[in-house]
Amino acid sequence: MELDETLDPLTIAERWMDDGRMVALATVVETWGSAPRPVGSHLVIDGEGRFHGSVSGGCVEGAVIGEAMEVIGDGEPRMLEFGVADETAWRVGLSCGGRIRVYVERVG
Amino acid sequence: MDPFLLRKLNTERTARRAVIHLTDLGDGRDRVIREGDPVAGPLGDALANAFRSGKSGLVEAEERSFFLNVHLPPARIFVIGAVHISQALAKMAVVAGFDITIIDPRTAFATEERFAGIDLVADWPEDVLEKRPLDAYTALVAVTHDPKIDDLPLSRALATGCFYVGALGSRKTHARRVERLAALGHGEAEIARISAPIGLDIGAASPAEIAVAILADIIAHLRRRPLRGAAS
Repeated sequence: MELDETLDPLTIAERWMDDGRMVALATVVETWGSAPRPVGSHLVIDGEGRFHGSVSGGCVEGAVIGEAMEVIGDGEPRMLEFGVADETAWRVGLSCGGRIRVYVERVG
Repeated sequence: MDPFLLRKLNTERTARRAVIHLTDLGDGRDRVIREGDPVAGPLGDALANAFRSGKSGLVEAEERSFFLNVHLPPARIFVIGAVHISQALAKMAVVAGFDITIIDPRTAFATEERFAGIDLVADWPEDVLEKRPLDAYTALVAVTHDPKIDDLPLSRALATGCFYVGALGSRKTHARRVERLAALGHGEAEIARISAPIGLDIGAASPAEIAVAILADIIAHLRRRPLRGAAS
């Protein structure tokens, strides 16, 4: 479908930036097994923890948003990994059994 | 991510141009690469492959780790002719996730009533394509049988390299069409890219069945399209 500018995370990221908000971008860079969102999927987060888009089916977004706030603070990109093998599986993990790596960076 | 690059990425995507957002995961530096931009070495090969496959992913090159996020324009369908087949095709295309536009200068055919809720333009293809140019991610379906309406968009679609070019008509009609397109300067191999008779051969009889055959043909061309730049 054509680019839906009301739902597209990269368009939202640009709009938030223009509004003067601090913005971080999280991107799924690698998946193993049954991952809920494909490689390249984005979650955009602002300095107050507001977010748009998804990197999983809602399983790990909370943790990603927390890390994104840190990235906005110090500007250092981070690589996050989530999966059932993780000791935090039942707290923050993918119940579907897959594993994903998520790259989080600040815009600007 | 560089804010300037975010703007550039969005501008390119909105303009339906294929781009890759390339990030060096070691130092966080990033670039936006347009299709056709020269990049040397193994990284250049990886970028070319990613443009062809449309698949995002990690690449190891020059002892560094890169992430390639590939943004290809979404596939869409332009139909020349607001005929009975187009009415069925428009509905099915939407269900299958394609954007579809129906173009026909004949105002008796191109009516809101016949195409409620569909992007319909009652104008000559020449004028419409001036404002909304064809590209490699557009399928062109010509179904009026009228050379005055069909020929120009067919010719443009071949020249542009649309991933699908289909034309309705009997073998006799198509033979005459081939002659006209050859007279316009199109080579044999190029003209052979036209799906004619249009659609997959499923014995379709009714307009709705023909629409199924056309849509299936479009999907087959989209999903099995040859690697661009490969010998053809």
